[in-house]
Amino acid sequence: MKQKFNVITSTCVPLPIENVDTDQIIPARFLKATTREERFFGDNLFRDWRYRADGTVVEDFVLNNPQYGGCILVAGKNFGSGSSREHAAWAIAGYGFRVVISSFFADIHKNNELNNFVLPVQVSEPFLQELFATIQSDPKAEVRVDLPNQTVTNLATGHSEHFDINGYKKHCLMNGLDDIDFLMQNQDKTEQWENGNKVC
Amino acid sequence: MNTLFDKIWDQHVVQQVADGPTQLYIDRLYCHEVTSPQAFDGLRARGLKCFRPEKIYCMPDHNTPTHDQDQPITDPVSKQQVDTLERNAREFGLTHYGMGTRDNGIIHVVGPEKGLSLPGMTIVCGDSHTSTHGAMGAVAFGIGTSEVEMVMASQCILQQKPKSMRINVNGKLQKGVTAKDVALYLMAQLTTSGATGYFVEYAGDAITAMSMEGRLTLCNLSIEMGARGGFIAPDDVTFNYIKGREFAPKGEAWDKAVAYWRTLRSGNDAVFDKELTFNAEDIEPRITYGTNPGMGIGITERIPDPSNLPCLGEATNTPPKQGETEGVLRSLKYMGFTPNQQLLGTKVDYVFLGACTNGRIEDFRAFASIVKGRKKADNVVAWLVPGSWAVRQQIEDEGLDKVLAEAGFEIRQPGCSACLAMNDDKVPAGKLAVSTSNRNFEGRQGPGARTVLASPLTAAAAAVTGVITDPREML
Repeated sequence: MKQKFNVITSTCVPLPIENVDTDQIIPARFLKATTREERFFGDNLFRDWRYRADGTVVEDFVLNNPQYGGCILVAGKNFGSGSSREHAAWAIAGYGFRVVISSFFADIHKNNELNNFVLPVQVSEPFLQELFATIQSDPKAEVRVDLPNQTVTNLATGHSEHFDINGYKKHCLMNGLDDIDFLMQNQDKTEQWENGNKVC
Repeated sequence: MNTLFDKIWDQHVVQQVADGPTQLYIDRLYCHEVTSPQAFDGLRARGLKCFRPEKIYCMPDHNTPTHDQDQPITDPVSKQQVDTLERNAREFGLTHYGMGTRDNGIIHVVGPEKGLSLPGMTIVCGDSHTSTHGAMGAVAFGIGTSEVEMVMASQCILQQKPKSMRINVNGKLQKGVTAKDVALYLMAQLTTSGATGYFVEYAGDAITAMSMEGRLTLCNLSIEMGARGGFIAPDDVTFNYIKGREFAPKGEAWDKAVAYWRTLRSGNDAVFDKELTFNAEDIEPRITYGTNPGMGIGITERIPDPSNLPCLGEATNTPPKQGETEGVLRSLKYMGFTPNQQLLGTKVDYVFLGACTNGRIEDFRAFASIVKGRKKADNVVAWLVPGSWAVRQQIEDEGLDKVLAEAGFEIRQPGCSACLAMNDDKVPAGKLAVSTSNRNFEGRQGPGARTVLASPLTAAAAAVTGVITDPREML
């Protein structure tokens, strides 16, 4: 939900798998809810990787490993591919993640994260691989994500990278505003456009 | 510059936000039951109405059972979601095509079929396969639920303008090779992220030779290469398809519309951010072997050895990274396959014909052409699910239902069905399905289900032989 974003320093949960699709983030059978209950979606984040069909816990899946925690998810390249389901972003937010770091994000999912005040941070592949190595050697290693300065820092190595976000969206995240607030203030421009375009 | 994408996009720009996205006007919003309820809730919480309710069309498709649609849905959670859409549509004054009515079907089949999706439009839906409507010569893309709410509230969306890519497929497709095979081939060449950040224009004589149904299949699968959307410049194939449909312009308006639509082409001087060219002759019937749609091979080929990976991303030509090999092995383990295995002759348990990818009349004609005079294999459970009631009607009008019945196949009622198994049509764990749908992700067709994506011809060949079979042997 709407919350202001500034600087976050946290330990990380590593998921060094590439092409994690939104069907894995939240399987289709959990899309039947008609309300936005983040708790429900968070409880079922990566459901089929966390639990077996009989409901028992998959101990070696990272979310079940008590060594790892924090509000930053670090994932392999092409995170969030496939379905447009925003439920995937709700599940990530509902679980308690505020940031997802990856070397590449699928388009629709990236927007969905931003629209739910989860910050997708795209880093270079070497930075990502180093981060995985850091977390693996020390699960208590922290990362600092600084939205005002658009930097992400692996505090264990001191290595830092700049990340991209457009000025408009950065302003929204830092001030807890969303796109509908903006669009409703600009309805006169929409009507002007309609008056000039009667074709479709 | 001066691409068709630029023309349609630029025409719909309401304003460019400073150091931010574009405010883009949307001509058509489609809503289904899964990704809309929270958007309607959002409007209510803010006390908003739909700004242009006449531009929004709603229909349930994901949860609908494929039998007994005249009865209430037995799964109470599915029923609640379907009922919620109907209630919301009524409250907000939107057109709603209810389950079991003649107007209903999969949103991406119904839109083009009714003439609601037209050239030059901007079209969105809370569904990644909205790219389908690009086949009409429209800019169509999937969005999230917050964005659905945005469009409901303002008829606009805030988006960064994507880059443009043209994919040319030149030459003539071999007999037995369909639009689905072309798409599966392109995904294997580009990988599932190769077109992320781009809008794709498909061109070349193999593309323009495709029927409207084939084009809808191809554009449908654009998202599986990571592209937000894919489209084809409208031509006489498009206009002939649209003419006379329920919402198509009529009389003088038709002539005016066609004259405008004929201008919707990329200029000869158009510059694309990326351009790729492939030969139609290189494409054979395709199947997938892994757990993303880019993990595909020609049907006669062997599963790649992950220790020799670059074939997974030929277009990018990058060496495999640490972790990539493990990913492929993980996929193969899930599928029960091994490196270097040939899949021809592999036993098949389920066959699914349908989905927004291959649930149109031409797909049923193709399936019927193979099974005609043959019998369904005893070891195969086959689900044949038309994309809409109109498709089902046409199947009956053409007598295809009789051909299929004689071969031991039953036609079910329309919906998304086993593509994502939100209704009862679930493939059991460990079972292998040859499916004409769009995704072979882990658990997509049911927890533990194993999916091989293929064309309707290849699905039909598997359905009658009981094993993965090259359809060219059966034409």
